[in-house]
Parts: sequence; structure tokens; C-alpha cells
Amino acid sequence: MSLEELTSFNWSIMTPEFFIVGVAALLTVIDLFMPKKQDRRILGWIGIAAIFAAMVSLVGLLGAAPDSILDDTFRLDSFGKAFKLLLLAGGALVLFLAVSYKADQGMEEYRGEFYYLFLTGLLGGMIMTSSGDLITLFIGLELLSISSYILAGMRKNNLQSNESAMKYVINGSIATAITLFGMSYVYGLTGTTNLLAIAGALQSLADAQHAYLLGLAFLMIFVGLGFKLAAAPFHMWAPDVYQGAPTPVTAFLSVVSKTAGFVIVARILISVFGVAATEGPGSMPILYNMQDYIAVVAGATMIIGNVVALKQSNIKRMFAYSSIAHAGYVLVAFTSLSSNFFYSVWFYLLAYLFMNLGAFAVIQLVEAKTGSTKIADFAGLYRRSPVLAVTMGILLIALAGFPGTAGFIGKLNIFIGAFMVQEPHYVLASVMIATTVVSYFYYFGIMTQMFFRPAADDSKFSKIPVGIVVVLFVTVAASVLFGVFPDIAIDFVNENFNQFSDFLQ
Amino acid sequence: MDLSFVLSLLVFSPLLGIVVLAFMPKTEEKTIKIVGFLATLPALVIAIGLYLHYLAGKKLSDFDVAKDWITFGGLQGAEAGFWKVNYELGVSGFTMLLVVLTAVVATLAAIASIYIKKEWKGYFSLFLLLEIGMLGVFTAENLILFFLFFEITLIPTFFLIGKWGYFEKEKAAYSFLIYNGLGSAVLLIVIMILFAKTGTTNIDMLTQIMSDPNVPMTSGLKLGLLISLLVAFGVKLPIFPLHSWMLRVHVQAPPSIVMIHSGILLKIGAYGLIRFGMGIFPEQFEKLAVLLAILGVVNLLYGAFLAFIQTDFKMVLAYSSISHMGIVLIGLAALNEAGVQGAIFQVVSHGLISALLFFLVGAFYERTDTSLMENLGGMAKGMPVASGFLLAGALASLGLPGMSGFVSEFMAFLGLFEELPWIAAVGTIGIIMTAVYLLRAVLGITYGQAHREFAGLVDLKGVEFVPVVVLIALIVLIGVIPSVLSSPLQATLETIMLGLGG
Repeated sequence: MSLEELTSFNWSIMTPEFFIVGVAALLTVIDLFMPKKQDRRILGWIGIAAIFAAMVSLVGLLGAAPDSILDDTFRLDSFGKAFKLLLLAGGALVLFLAVSYKADQGMEEYRGEFYYLFLTGLLGGMIMTSSGDLITLFIGLELLSISSYILAGMRKNNLQSNESAMKYVINGSIATAITLFGMSYVYGLTGTTNLLAIAGALQSLADAQHAYLLGLAFLMIFVGLGFKLAAAPFHMWAPDVYQGAPTPVTAFLSVVSKTAGFVIVARILISVFGVAATEGPGSMPILYNMQDYIAVVAGATMIIGNVVALKQSNIKRMFAYSSIAHAGYVLVAFTSLSSNFFYSVWFYLLAYLFMNLGAFAVIQLVEAKTGSTKIADFAGLYRRSPVLAVTMGILLIALAGFPGTAGFIGKLNIFIGAFMVQEPHYVLASVMIATTVVSYFYYFGIMTQMFFRPAADDSKFSKIPVGIVVVLFVTVAASVLFGVFPDIAIDFVNENFNQFSDFLQ
Repeated sequence: MDLSFVLSLLVFSPLLGIVVLAFMPKTEEKTIKIVGFLATLPALVIAIGLYLHYLAGKKLSDFDVAKDWITFGGLQGAEAGFWKVNYELGVSGFTMLLVVLTAVVATLAAIASIYIKKEWKGYFSLFLLLEIGMLGVFTAENLILFFLFFEITLIPTFFLIGKWGYFEKEKAAYSFLIYNGLGSAVLLIVIMILFAKTGTTNIDMLTQIMSDPNVPMTSGLKLGLLISLLVAFGVKLPIFPLHSWMLRVHVQAPPSIVMIHSGILLKIGAYGLIRFGMGIFPEQFEKLAVLLAILGVVNLLYGAFLAFIQTDFKMVLAYSSISHMGIVLIGLAALNEAGVQGAIFQVVSHGLISALLFFLVGAFYERTDTSLMENLGGMAKGMPVASGFLLAGALASLGLPGMSGFVSEFMAFLGLFEELPWIAAVGTIGIIMTAVYLLRAVLGITYGQAHREFAGLVDLKGVEFVPVVVLIALIVLIGVIPSVLSSPLQATLETIMLGLGG
């Protein structure tokens, strides 16, 4: 590739990424030269500014036609834009949590690693949303994963944190290896790593043997990525990691990392296996053939996530299972692939981002106040801080999927998808709804603590950090707003993303 | 004049009270109670206004509202108005009656909230939220909006029981949440399947589309959907064996909430069965008529016999509610005008009677700290006025002619005797049993052996008279002039009969 060719690319479509990578690099340098005992929170605020700059530039790109650079390895289509917005919004909120985090082991105020590792992780996710090639997908995945492994182990003198990082890194590497192995099959069969080229090659694939190999490749990729999503039965790492990691990191894992996981799953599954025919041209694509398998995984994920969450006494662990359960709900959309697939996944992840980050903000505050993450420590929160308790109540109701909140509309979209398709998924939808009722138990369990039980210590919550106030305000407002006026979201999608029709072009 | 804002105002007027309460200091007990009560008045005034509007011979459809609300993304056919859910409110004769009932009982329950002992601010905020939910349920014109309000009633009720209830309140709150949560889960599945198959959730449109033989649904699926609806609303109503949660709630919840619960929330089940079950699936409903009649008789007898052996007066009334809801089922199963009319009469009448009885139980409990009948014996000495009203309420409940209970029982049985005489004949045992258990309980309380000192007891006084007198007056009014109910119902009944094929 000559210099001329390099400069001929329309680099402007990468502006959001440039902001993030530039500031991440800048932060490492600042961290290096900063006096040792100076508060590093300023780095977090710079990070937030960078994310906002990236968001603004991304909004500027919304009207642009789909474009790709670097030999089609990086493409900015409406899918990329829509999900990048989610990642950036989630990233900004997590950073707000991080700058308000009570400084303790490993996250002391004079340690800056968190902020730039966080930005690189976010960058990984952004690359995944925009990749048009197996290689860039994989690089994005690894960038996100490796950053997450370190972030999870951030509290280096904390035994739980160490354990969680260790588990995460080992399990994660195995999963990545399996994904890569699956990808190698695809490469071997088609001779290209470019997703669109692969799709083109696979459409004309006629040999049943090849279809068999592709089926294997599908299963391996799905298993590997199922790990990222924390879908059952590859969810085992999640509870330990969520519990051990510092709370902002847990929030990052449950929202940003999970959204990125769904992004890569959608990219690969739809563009490769959504077109690869099972028996010659015109026959059913492998993805449709594998719907039962995905349905079983989705069902198991919802059941395991919700049922095991019932027995947790640690709130972060409980939210790990809740997060597993939510992954299961989104997977239901993958089994039906109706015409509202992209929209329903996007909306659900949008809703989940706000509800969950808001809940983590409250968890972080309570943890800072009481020094533990037991659910019992939420007892009497209503007396200690009525505003905080009501806020948490609204977020929990949203997570439980009650009408009037974004969580309900998200589920509704997925339901309609499941019933709309040729063979409606009655069983799966029933599982989804039944497990939702199960989830009332644990979400309302927290409410019971907050509103019904007396507090062990009646001291008030004074001086809530400004970062948390921002997060709580944004998340509660968004959870209610998108629940009451969901058309805001769909109008936005229709105006800017043209129903994601350029996904395969 | 454009009247389309009226219903939104009706449904959301309690919100004003919530906002005012939010800015009040939480120690101002008296002011909070007054604000809470005042906040229920706009809805009451509008509801009565609706009734007068109807009496004046004007159309209730003047009030219909329809505004764009939710669009579902990426689905084909969205341009033609399908795959959209509008914000649609409206009232017909039938729903107007339920709205009036809701507004009346809510206001009276707000008065009954004088017995609430703590955290009045939170209590009234939730109470008003609950009222929004109930009013919305009866005015919603599409299933998604209906479901939204239906679920909104769930959350405040959970807290109202769990925080302000009696000894085992949390357990009661949870069983309420889980049973009703499962019920609404089933309901949601039905709604979504209907939506996915037809592209609309508007109730009138669905009724039309479903009567079209070309609708892409097998009769098996329709029957399945109707049975699911029966389960979903059966939990609310409650139909045996889905009733156990309701006993706990009736015993553990504070009196004002039980008034609302028994007076209105249970009626949502009946409303759903009539409006959606009968309205959308008339053919399938006919197939299930015998089953419904049997379920109705089972409810009637089961409730009556178990009410007979209770020692706690609240439990007697709880079982009595189960028994009386059996009459609703019986009336519906008759599938003729008299039957359906009886069922609807029973819905309204029982709403008033049970609100009255539970208020009185609350008044007794307030003074004696017990609702066990053996401890309450001989109350006529200490509280003659309250005991008198209790007797009047019991007489209304057992169907004394001249009171609302009589009209509804009479019509329902009249309907069923026409269609399924044998089942109806068995059902009449329930009526006898009702007289037996209610008189046993009430006479035990008022004239029975006294186990206590009556020196410190104060009879009903001040505002406590308001709910009692208003409810008795309404009960007698309906009993003496049933046309106050039957004439608004006429149009609704005709539509239902048309759907049922004559």
C-alpha cells in the first residue's frame, strides 16, 4: 500500500476512534510525567471529554453514506454508527462512575492506569462495531478483552479481585482461541478474511461437505463469543469477575463489554452465516438452520441467570446473574431474525445500558458508604436517603421490565419479533416471560430491603459525588423517557440509520 | 367543544396530588391526609360528570382520544397504520360505570386511610399512583395501554401491602406480586400473539378483525388464547384454584387498600373476561360456557363453605368475595342478556358492598385490635351504629331484595337457569350458604357473647360516617332503581350479544 493510497482514504470516518486513541495515548504520557502524589481523577475527566468529542464527531457523521477504508477492513455503516453511539454513551457514564469511585486498594487516587486502559477497551469495542474484516474484528475483540482482564484485576492487593482477573484471563483466552479456530475454518473455505467477500463466496457454495465444515465453524464461533456475552453454559466466569472487580469495572463489563459482544455476534452471524447456504444456492442459510441451537442457549441463559440470581446475597454477584439473564433476552432476538431484528437488539441494549449503569451507580454509593456489597446492606436505604432509594426503585422496576420503562418496550420489541416470524417461537417467548416473573423476586428483594427493612445504621448519605449525580439523573431520565415515549428512539433510528439496510452492502 | 382532554385529565389527575405531596414535609400528618383525599376528588368529579353527560343523552364517544404513541421498528405494513400502538382512551356505558365505581371507592378509601399510622407521604403517593392505574385500566382502548395500566396497579399495591399491612405483610405482598405477575405474563403473551397476527391492539379493531373468518388464526389457537385469558384474569378475579394469594392480601393489607383491592382490583379480572374474552373470542367463549358455569359454581360453593368455617371475620369476607365472584362467572356463562347483565351488576354491586364491609372491619380493628369473631362478640353494645351498618352491609351481600346484591344475583341466576338449569340449581345452594355464613358471622359479632369490656370503645364518628353512608346509599339506590346501572349498559350488552350471535 503506497503512501498515496493511504492518504486517499477518507480518514474522517475514523474520527471518533482517533479521539479515543489519541487521548488514551495522551493520558499515558500525562500519567508518566505527573507528580507521583497528585490526584489522577483529572485523567478521568479528560477521558470523559474525549468521549464527548468522539460522540460529537460521530453525530456529525450520521448523515454520511456508508463508506469503508483500508481495503474494506474498516467500514462505517449505520450498524456501526448506531452501536458505536451506545458504546460511547455507556463509556461516558462508566467514566463518570469511575471518577466518583472511592479510592481504595489498586484504585488509589494517584494511579492513572484505569483511565487509559478503559479507553483502549472502549476503542476495541468501537473497532468491532465498524469492522468489515475478520482480522479487525478479532483485533477489536482482543483489545477489549485484554483491557478488561487488567481492569478486572485492578485492585491488586485484593484477593477476590486477583482471583477474578485470573479466572477471567484464562477462560477468556480459551474462548478467544475457540473463536479464532472457528474463524480459521471460514477463512480456509473462502480464502478471504473480508466479511463481504466471504458472504459472496459462501452464497455460491454448493458442496455439502463444506456446509458441514461451516456448521462446525458456526458452533465454534458461537461458543467463543457466547463466553463474551456470558451466555449459558459459558457464563461461569461472570459472577466471580463481577464480584471481584471494582464496581466501575463491573459496570463496564456488564454494559459496554456486553454490547460489544452482541455487536461482534451480529456482525459475524448475519454477514457470514446469514448468507451461507446449507445445501447449495437458494437453500436455507446456516444461521436459520441453527436457530434451534441458539434458542436452546437463549432459554438456558434466561433460566440459569434468573433462577441462580434468586439465591445470591451479594449484590454484584446478583447483578452478574441478572446480566446473564438479560443476555438471554437479547439472544431471543437472534433466534427470530425478524425484520425488526436490528432495531430490537439496539433498543434493548440502549435500555439496558441506562437501567444497569444507574443501578451500578447506586451500588457503588452504597458500597462506599457501608464498605460491603451485601444485599442486606441496602436495608433501610429509604430512610437514609429517600431520593436514592426511589431512584434505585425506578431502575429496578425498569430492569424487571415493568411498563412505563424502557425495559418493557425493549422486551416488547423482542416479543413481537419472536411472534412475527414464520414459525413463531411460542415456547421461547413463554420462557422469557416466565423467567421475567422469576426476576421480580430478586429485584423486589432489593426493594424489600430498601423500603421495608430497618437500617442497621441510620446515618444519612451526605454529599453524593457529582459524577454519580450525573449518572443517576441521566439513567433514570432515559429509562423513563424511552419507556413513555419510545418513538423518540425509533424516529432517531429511522431518520439516521435507514433501517440498517446497508448492513450487507 | 373538543372534549378529548377530559379522559386524560381523569386518569392523570391524581398525579397532581403526587407532585404536591412530594414538596410537603413528611411530618405534617393531617395536611398530607387532606391533600391525599383532595387529590382523589378531580377524578370523582369528572367521573360523575361523565355519568351526567350520559344521562343528558349525549354520546360518550365525544371523549375519545387517540394519539400516536409507540411504533415498532422495521416491520412491514407499518405505513398502513399497523404495528403502531396509539395512546387511546375512551369510555362506553360499561366502562363508564367502572370508572365511576373506581372514583367513588378511591375517594372513600382515601377517607379510610385515616387509619394509616406511619409514613403518610409515601402511602398517599403510592395510593394515588394506584388510582391512576385503575382509572387507566378501564379507559384504555387498546391492549398494550391496558396492560401498561394493569401493571402500574401492581407496583403500588405491592408496596402498600408490604409496608403498611399487618403482621405477615411481606409474605402477602410477595404472593400478590408473583401470582399477579404470572397472570399478567400470560396476558402479555396473549396480547403479543394477537398483535403479531393482526397488527393491531385496538380493542374495537381486534373485535372486528377476529370476527372475520379469514383471520390467519386456527380455531385451536383462538381457543388457546381464550383459555390463557381465562387464566390471566382468573388470577385477578380470582377463580378457584388461583385464589390463595387473595386471601392473604385481604387479611394482611390495611383496610383502605383492601377496600380498593376487593372493590376494584378484583373487578379488573371480570372486566377483562367480559371485554376481551367475550368481546374478542365470542365463538370460543360459547364453547367454554359449560366449563365457566362449572367453575362459577365451584367458586360459589367453595367460597361459601369455607367462609362458613372461618373464625376470623376478614377471612369470612375474603372467602365471601371468592364466592361472590362465582356469580360473575355464572352470569357470563349463561351467554344471554340477563346473565351478562347480572354479571356486570355483580361487579359493581360487590365493589360497593365489599368496600363497605372491609371499611367496617377496619373500623372495628382500629378499636379492638382484632378481627377474630370470638373476640368481637357483642359489639352491638359498645358500637351500636357500626354494628347496625355491618348488618346492613351483610344483608346487601347476601342479596336482600331492595339492595344491589339481590338484583345481580337474581339476574345472573335467571340467565343461567335459562341455559343450564342443572348447574344453576346446584349453584343456588351457594345462595343459601351465603345467608348462613354471613348471618352467623355478623350476628356473632353484633349480638354474640361479649368477651370484652366496652367501656373504652367509641362508636363511628366524624368522617368515618362518610364512606359508610355513601356506600349504603349507593347500594340501596341500585337495589331500588336498577336502571341507574342497566340503562348505561344497554349499548354494551347489545354489542356483546351481537358478537355472541344474537
